[in-house]
Amino acid sequence: MKVLVAVKRVVDYNVKVRVRADETGIDLSGVKMSLNPFDEIAVEEAVRLKEKGLASEIIVVSIGDASCQESLRTALALGADRAIHVETSLETQPLGVAKTLKALVEKESPRLIILGKQAIDDDFNQTGQMLAGLLRWPQGTFISHLIRNGEEIEVTREVDGGLETLKMPLPAVVTTDLRLNEPRYATLPNIMKAKQKSLEVISAETLGVDLTPRLKTLKVVEPPPRKGGLMVANVDELLDKLQHEAKVI
Amino acid sequence: MPLLLIAEHDQSNLTASTLATLTAAKAFSAPVHVVVMGSSPEKAAEEAAFFKSVEKVWMIKDPRLAHPLAEDMTETLLDLAKGYDFILAPSTTFGKNLLPRLAALLDVALISDVIQIQDKNTFVRPIYAGNALATVTSNDPIKVITIRPTAFEKAQKGNSSAPFEACPFKESSSPLPIFVRMETSSSERPELTSASIVVSGGRGFQSKENFALLEALADKLGAAIGASRAAVDAGFVPNDYQVGQTGKAVAPTLYIAVGISGAIQHLAGMKDSKIIVAINKDPEAPIFQIADYGLVGDLFKILPELTAKIKKTA
Ligand SMILES: Cc1cc2nc3c(=O)[nH]c(=O)nc-3n(C[C@H](O)[C@H](O)[C@H](O)COP(=O)(O)OP(=O)(O)OC[C@H]3O[C@@H](n4cnc5c(N)ncnc54)[C@H](O)[C@@H]3O)c2cc1C
Ligand SMILES: Nc1ncnc2c1ncn2[C@@H]1O[C@H](COP(=O)(O)O)[C@@H](O)[C@H]1O
Repeated sequence: MKVLVAVKRVVDYNVKVRVRADETGIDLSGVKMSLNPFDEIAVEEAVRLKEKGLASEIIVVSIGDASCQESLRTALALGADRAIHVETSLETQPLGVAKTLKALVEKESPRLIILGKQAIDDDFNQTGQMLAGLLRWPQGTFISHLIRNGEEIEVTREVDGGLETLKMPLPAVVTTDLRLNEPRYATLPNIMKAKQKSLEVISAETLGVDLTPRLKTLKVVEPPPRKGGLMVANVDELLDKLQHEAKVI
Repeated sequence: MPLLLIAEHDQSNLTASTLATLTAAKAFSAPVHVVVMGSSPEKAAEEAAFFKSVEKVWMIKDPRLAHPLAEDMTETLLDLAKGYDFILAPSTTFGKNLLPRLAALLDVALISDVIQIQDKNTFVRPIYAGNALATVTSNDPIKVITIRPTAFEKAQKGNSSAPFEACPFKESSSPLPIFVRMETSSSERPELTSASIVVSGGRGFQSKENFALLEALADKLGAAIGASRAAVDAGFVPNDYQVGQTGKAVAPTLYIAVGISGAIQHLAGMKDSKIIVAINKDPEAPIFQIADYGLVGDLFKILPELTAKIKKTA
């Protein structure tokens, strides 16, 4: 079973981003970039399937400018077998990414596609569901557990009311939640080995996919600041403030 | 053209998130049609018909909708959707699962997690864990949108009653998931995203047993319980208690964060609360920077005292 994993390069989760003064976006100069945390979990899950003999090959895909190759190398160091970089200078959005992945699915015929549930930059939480829709495959979103039984998978989804378990036939699309696994670190020997693995570059045009963004960002601003920081000395003072100043209890 | 609102319900009542979405729908100044799908959608459909802004209710009834799947719902909604300019659903795990699939098959973008509607083509949504707010627009012929429920008041019921119309269920012809089970984290407490008081606990609690201290406080205040990711990962509480960028967004009148450091991913889900209280033994904890009232100290001493001194309100 071939497994396809989609990975996005995003601002590292530890960075507190700053909005550009001209309100056109986020200031990305000199900011640390990383593999989207949910995509790290997606790669890890694929690697675990392969280690159990339940996956034959792991292909990682990233869509964007040349810098995504860095994320692909990270994914290769974590255990993916080969990488595809779909090159575009356009800003990627979920519908375009889903269409690109669909075109690759037609070329590569994976039985399972793993995506993150959400890219932590735009916080869209859409691409996996869109891809599943376009392929008309079953979808298992926000999963914290995955088992493969032959031509079927069983997934546990983290939903608002608790945990939902579904069974579905392969091929299928799943998206990862935080508690699916704890990703390993890439070891130095594996980082070296990753340099030898195949990284194919395809232009978005050759795939015949239109990546033109559908959403246009008019402006990006900082949220209104909260003025916090008032300290109280003890429980009595806290209760007094809550009752008489804030009047919330 | 009218607006289609996809209702989330529990087979008897509309969820609070759906009521917030009904309020958001008003901003489009378009007739609102609500679609209620379920194995027994009658009661929720009747409820939907009572809201003043609602002009029509589509009811789709089928036993296979007892545990609705995005795959089936999408096929059923595709034809209906083509008659609308705007399609809305709450940005809950229900809406997040369904609407991207529907939008993709309509070949349009999804504008997810909208917190403000500036005009019927211009929307504000948080990005980067709420550290920035993006104003976006789209030229797609149908605008498919999910609404962050905490950003809108719950709609008030009127006394009018809109007409009903049945709409057929259309089973997906492609392979489908099979529902196996739902493990509900049942609780007598108010629902987390619509509660007016939320008390949240983090890694500082050290164990699942110690969370009893927070439960006692919640009971005294009639509050819902939330948690940080660290507390959920450690197994102190179920997954659906997680508040934050990748959990639930809450905006109660009072949010009390106990033993939570205040990572940006946590703040993303609670910093729109009206009053924030932080209790933490580390005076440098970032949570204090956004808290209206901060109290430095050991939660194991403070919580019992606080709970004892509060007069029972609920
Ligand atoms: C992709 C991604 C998504 C994430 N999404 C979320 C999310 O949605 N929600 C979320 O919450 N987190 C999320 N996180 C995790 C987040 O980054 C933090 O790791 C997490 O919020 C920390 O939880 P915490 O504050 O409970 O733990 P810690 O940061 O360990 O803080 C524990 C606090 O308890 C205090 N404490 C300890 N003992 C006591 C005591 N006896 N009395 C009083 N105080 C005490 C300590 O001083 C400390 O401040 C995400 C992370 C990533 C990478
Ligand atoms: N440009 C991209 N290249 C590859 N994968 C992507 C890209 N954008 C999004 N994805 C995948 O889609 C998931 C969800 O992203 P989003 O819908 O943007 O929140 C991510 O976790 C990735 O797995």
